Amino acid sequence: MLKRLVTLLLIVAMAASMTACKKTDDSKESGGASAGISKDKIKVAVIHIGNPADGAGYTYAHDQGIIAMQKELGLADNQIIRKNNVDDTDAVAIKTALEECVEEGAHIIFGTSWGYMDMMAEMAEEHPDIIFSHCSGYKSNDKNFNNYFGRIYQARYLAGIAAGLKTKSNKIGYVAAMGKDNAEVTGGINAFAMGIESVNPDAKVYVKVTNTWFDPTLEKQAAEALLDMGCDVIAQHADTTAPQLAAEERGVWGCGYNSDMTKDAPKAHLTAPIWKWGAYYTAAVKAVIEGNWTNENYFGGMGDGLVDISPLSENCADGTAEAIEAARKRILDGYKVFEGDIFDNEGNQICKEGEFLSDSDITGGKMNWYYRNVVAE
Amino acid sequence: MIINFLFAAIKAGCPLLFGTTGEIMTEKSGNLNLGVEGMMFMGAFVSFYTAYKTDSLALALLAAFGTGVLAAMIYALLTVSLMANQNVTGLALSIFGAGYAKFFGESMISKAGGSPKLSESFIKSISEQPLPLLGDIPVLGKLLFSHNPLVYISIIIAVICTIYMSRTRAGLNMRAVGESAAAADAAGINVYAVKYIHICLGGGICALGGAYLSLINGGGIWNNSNVVNGQGWIAVALVIFAAWNPAKAIFGSLVFGAFSVLQFYVPRNIIELPNAFYVMLPFLITTLILIITSMKKTKKGVQPAGCGINYFREER
Repeated sequence: MLKRLVTLLLIVAMAASMTACKKTDDSKESGGASAGISKDKIKVAVIHIGNPADGAGYTYAHDQGIIAMQKELGLADNQIIRKNNVDDTDAVAIKTALEECVEEGAHIIFGTSWGYMDMMAEMAEEHPDIIFSHCSGYKSNDKNFNNYFGRIYQARYLAGIAAGLKTKSNKIGYVAAMGKDNAEVTGGINAFAMGIESVNPDAKVYVKVTNTWFDPTLEKQAAEALLDMGCDVIAQHADTTAPQLAAEERGVWGCGYNSDMTKDAPKAHLTAPIWKWGAYYTAAVKAVIEGNWTNENYFGGMGDGLVDISPLSENCADGTAEAIEAARKRILDGYKVFEGDIFDNEGNQICKEGEFLSDSDITGGKMNWYYRNVVAE
Repeated sequence: MIINFLFAAIKAGCPLLFGTTGEIMTEKSGNLNLGVEGMMFMGAFVSFYTAYKTDSLALALLAAFGTGVLAAMIYALLTVSLMANQNVTGLALSIFGAGYAKFFGESMISKAGGSPKLSESFIKSISEQPLPLLGDIPVLGKLLFSHNPLVYISIIIAVICTIYMSRTRAGLNMRAVGESAAAADAAGINVYAVKYIHICLGGGICALGGAYLSLINGGGIWNNSNVVNGQGWIAVALVIFAAWNPAKAIFGSLVFGAFSVLQFYVPRNIIELPNAFYVMLPFLITTLILIITSMKKTKKGVQPAGCGINYFREER
């Protein structure tokens, strides 16, 4: 019964989208939004997996970006549509949230979580006059659906320098959300490890995988297991502040993620790779207003102001600021992090002198190795 | 390594022990309260808020206990007095509790302007410290006598409950009500009073598990998304594992706690198993235990006969 109903709905939606397609046919070249929209009419929607009110972490970072965009462009509060706590494994919830955004008149919809990808791809076909922009996925279409993400590994490299200079036991722990086969997490670990090696060749990175993006209890337990092994800096690719708090409890140090966690763990935190999503959100919404939005996928880096590290805390070792500044300059001058001689921890050569890994190698399935100073035990 | 693992297992098992002890208390009096998750949520929020405002561990725990009692009283009112279906009521309580914690949690966050953090002195009062003298014993000192205060409280409560259930008159009455409310009633026991008291006590103990999760596991910061995260449901499963015996629950929660941290302590370079396996393990074991206990013909260690059945005095 439900299946038939869904099919029926889909058919209706398809029919509707076909007619809609025809309408915009003449101005198709410039993507979904054709002529631009006046600034006081545009409506921007964002779908969050969590709640920005949490005050730290992934969703908070995205929402700060939305707020920055709103300020920069001077949009009123009622021009921003937020859908919070949309579970990214619940197809019905995602669809409902997207449909609500459409009904409320959104011109561009940002979906911030990986799991929204398929439903956004589907809805983009149904609503060709609305722009769908998805974070961290790989799908897009040739008119109104793109994806955006960033070179957070550049920031991880810098954070690695802070960690490498701080550690005394030469054991650095890393609480990872996903295992080796997840390119986003693994790329981050490798860049972090390379940053460490650049200042402290003796230090090793110990990885514990929680297999979840969000679970404070598990993240804390993983951090404690790493602390038990003697790690004295805890880095994380996890959404909560739990690993940093675990480090603070034991009187050692850590590198957070997503937002500046110095305020959460003031005695432990060194610096965190952070996102400044405002850079993308502002550019994207501005393009929609001006009518020159294109479906090109966005993969911004430090040069675009999309990723950075949070201000160094007083816990950092002497000389950290200088070392990081030098590395930052190198990256801005074109150092790609994943370039030159790179060996994994099983002795295989991943990259040769004079070569570098392509973006698809960094974000795709080939990023399934750990750098030579990473220990996964 | 092993010591660290067992130490972590005890910590991970502690909130489960609270939940399990509370639920055993409830079920032994003949009521299946599936609201453990919800009561833990409520206890988690109230204890955190109290700790945030007053900086007192005792007050925070009392507040959590009181909230659990109140929440369980709603359940008792609905099932014992109004004869509502126990399963449905319990499930409703679970959902309500989660909503309660998130609703007030969010308002607490927005009032504080960012995630509120407990004071340093409070965090110190719940930190892991070796007990004087006992903590100096090699190996055992670290393993048994270097915990945060809630670990000791959970074990003391479980021991008291065991003694209460098996060695006291009131405990005997409670078990009688749980096995056959009609017979207990005929013997002159006030069935309703017994049910109310033990449902409420059980709820209070469950809520302490929530306090553990928000105060200790949270590391001093309130996490509004999912502070309990299914621990209440594991506690319900543990009741079966522990064969309705709080003393066995101490062991059972240690085992389940061990499973939950096992994945971080197994040397990956020697034993390589997918993470999903570790997540599955506690439930696999529960299933096995269920099969084994159902094959045994003894009457010992099975669910109280009257558990889940409402008592209509008029239909005796």
